Amino acid sequence: MLDVMDNPTHFALSRTLLQEVRMLASQFQQTFGRVPSFMEVCGSHTMALARTGIKKALEGYVRLISGPGCPVCVTDQVTIDAMISLTDGVDRIICTFGDMMRVPGSYGTLMQAKTEGKDVRVVYSPVDAVRIAEQYPDQEVIFLGIGFETTIPILAAAVKEAEEKQVHNFSMWMSTKLVEPILRQLLHDREVLLDGFLLPGHVSMVMGRKHFEFLATEYDMPAVISGFEALHMLSAIRHLLMLALKQHAIVLNDYKSVVTEQGNKQAKYWMNHYFTLCDEAWRGIGVISQSGMDFKKEYDQFNAKMKFSVSTREPRRTKCRCGEVIRGLIDPPQCALFGKACTPLNPIGPCMVSSEGSCAAYYQYMREE
Amino acid sequence: MERITLAHGDGGELAHKLITDVFVSMFRNDHYAQFDSATLTLGAHELAVTTDSFVVKPLFFPGGNIGKLAVAGTINDLAVVGAVPKVLTCGFIIEEGFPIQDLKTIVQSMAEEAKEANVTIVAGDTKVVERGSADGLYINTTGIGVVSRPLDRKICEGDSVIVSGSVGDHGVAILVARGELGLVSTVESDCTTLYPLISKALKASEHIRLMRDPTRGGLATTLVEICEDFGVTIELEEDRIPIKKEVEGACELLGFDPLYLANEGKVVMIVPKEDEQAILDVLRSQPEGKDAAVIGTVRATNKGQLLLRTPLGTTRRLYRLTGLMLPRIC
Repeated sequence: MLDVMDNPTHFALSRTLLQEVRMLASQFQQTFGRVPSFMEVCGSHTMALARTGIKKALEGYVRLISGPGCPVCVTDQVTIDAMISLTDGVDRIICTFGDMMRVPGSYGTLMQAKTEGKDVRVVYSPVDAVRIAEQYPDQEVIFLGIGFETTIPILAAAVKEAEEKQVHNFSMWMSTKLVEPILRQLLHDREVLLDGFLLPGHVSMVMGRKHFEFLATEYDMPAVISGFEALHMLSAIRHLLMLALKQHAIVLNDYKSVVTEQGNKQAKYWMNHYFTLCDEAWRGIGVISQSGMDFKKEYDQFNAKMKFSVSTREPRRTKCRCGEVIRGLIDPPQCALFGKACTPLNPIGPCMVSSEGSCAAYYQYMREE
Repeated sequence: MERITLAHGDGGELAHKLITDVFVSMFRNDHYAQFDSATLTLGAHELAVTTDSFVVKPLFFPGGNIGKLAVAGTINDLAVVGAVPKVLTCGFIIEEGFPIQDLKTIVQSMAEEAKEANVTIVAGDTKVVERGSADGLYINTTGIGVVSRPLDRKICEGDSVIVSGSVGDHGVAILVARGELGLVSTVESDCTTLYPLISKALKASEHIRLMRDPTRGGLATTLVEICEDFGVTIELEEDRIPIKKEVEGACELLGFDPLYLANEGKVVMIVPKEDEQAILDVLRSQPEGKDAAVIGTVRATNKGQLLLRTPLGTTRRLYRLTGLMLPRIC
C-alpha cells in the first residue's frame, strides 16, 4: 500500500523478484519434474503470503504449504474446552489474547461466556492481566497462556512482574508450544514432501538462527528465516529455490535486521527461569514429548492448573479437518465445511477464526466465488 | 438463546445481518434509509435526514473528542448524499458523576464544528443515568439537510474511485488512545466536517455519481456495500491507496487491515473518468483533501464484487469486515 510520504520503488522491486522466483521455480520443475514445495511454519507468514498476493502469484510455480505455526490452531480441543470452562467459576476474571475469544469450544466460546455475563477480557499483553489483578484484589485473574517461543518470554515477563509485586491473585493456564519438536515430528512422519522451510522471523528473533541448524544437519533440509513484508518473503523464497536447486541444505538468515545467530539471550533466560519443558497435545497430531513449556514446580503459585480444577467433558466431534490443515496435508478448501458450515462468523475449527489460521487466510484473501 | 454481541455493532457482516433481519424487516417502508441519509420530499423541498449515536471510548482522543465526532459524523452523512446540512438536534445520555468541565469542553467543540459547516443546533435532550449505567457520556445527533444536487447514482464502467485522503487514521488513533496496546503514536484522528470539501467538489463536477463516508467497517466495507447495492464491480489498486506509515506500522503489529479501520473525515467518490482530474485538483487544494487519490476503477457493471489488485499484479476479492475484535470507535 502506498505510504503518503514514500515512493513506490519497492513495488517495482517486488515485481522483479517475483519474476526471478518464477524463473527459478521453472528451472526446478525442469530439473526435478515437479513443482517445488516449501512449508511456511508461521501463521503470520500464512496470512501475509495470502494478503500480499504472493501465494496466488506463485500458483503453478511454487507450492506453499501452511505449517503448524498458528498458536490457537495447534491447541487441542481438550485444552481449549478446559480454558473456556475456567469461566464457570465465580469471582474470576479471565484474560486472553483476542484470538481466543471466538475459538469454538465443544460447548461454547469465550465470547458467548462474556455475552452471558462472565468477566472475560481481551488484553494485548499478559502484563496487562497482572495490572488487572492489582486493580481487583478480591478476584482471581487467570491469563490464558497460548503461544510459541515468541510469546513465552512475554508470559515470563508477566510472571516476573506478578512475582516482584507479590500479586497473589494472578495466575496463568499455560498451553505453549515449541517449534523445533513439531518440525522434527513432521520431518519424522514424512506425510508431506518438502523441499525446504520458510522459517518464522519472530520466533527466530528469540531463538536465533543457530537454533534451526538441525534442519540442515540432521534432516538435509534447506531453510530460510524470513520477515513478513512482500519483499522479505519473495527474497526468502528466492533463496530457498536457489538452495533447493543446488540440493544445498543450509539454514540462511534472510532477516538479519532482526534475527541474530544466538537470538535474544535475555528472553531465553527468563523463559527458562520460570518454565520447563513439558509434553503437549497438538491438534490433529497428539501428544509430542517435550514440545511445550509449563511452570516449574517452584512457581506453582502462578500455575492456574494447580490453583483451579475444571470439569471437562468428552470433546464434541465435528467434521472439521483443522488437524490435517495444520500438518499441511490438505488446503482449507478441501475441507467439506470450508466456507459453508464453517466461516469466520460461525467457525467450526480454530483455523477459521484465528487471525493467523490457514482457513481464515484462505477465506479472507483467497476465496473466489 | 441468541444474544447481541459486540460484533453486531462493528459495521461488518453481523451488523448488516442485524439491520436486515430486525430493523429493515420490521420498519419496512417505501423510502427507508439505504445510504448514509434518507432523502424524502416534504412539500416543495427535498430533504435529507440522518441520525447517529456516538459511544466512542475514550471520549477525548488525539484529533478530537466525542462532541466533535457527533457533529462532524452527522453532517458528513448529510453531505455525502449531496445535501446542504442545515440543522442538528442532539441528545445526551450522561452518567452520574461526569465532570461538568469535560461536558463543557465537549459541547464547545460541538458548537465550533457546527459553525464550520454553517449548521444550527436547534433542539436537544439530556438524560442522566445512574453511575455504572453508561460509560461517561453517549451522544445522539440527528441532522436535516436540503438536497440541492441529488446525485444520480448511475455508476458506469470506467468510472474512477477517489478517496479524499489516507485511510485508517481514526481507527488507529482510537486504538492507541485507549492505552491498552502499550503503543505510542503520533497518528491523529481525521475527524472533521467534510461539507466544505464536498461542496467544492460538487462545484468542480456536475457528474459525481455517488459519495460515501467510510466510517465503521472502513473503506473496504463501504465499497463492498456500494458494489452489492449497485451490482457493480470495482477494482482497487493496492499501491494507490493512501495509508500513513504509522497507521500501516500499527496495523502490522496488531494484525489489523487499514482498509477495514474507521475513518471520520474521509469521503470516497465515484466519478466519471473525464472529471477525475478536476475533482482531484479541488480536493488536493484543501488541507483535508491534500492526499486525495484515485484508487480504483469501476470494471464491470454486473458482478457486485470489490477486487483488490496487489502490487504483484494478482487480484483478490475483498469482503465485508467479519468478526474482527475492534473496540468502540465512534
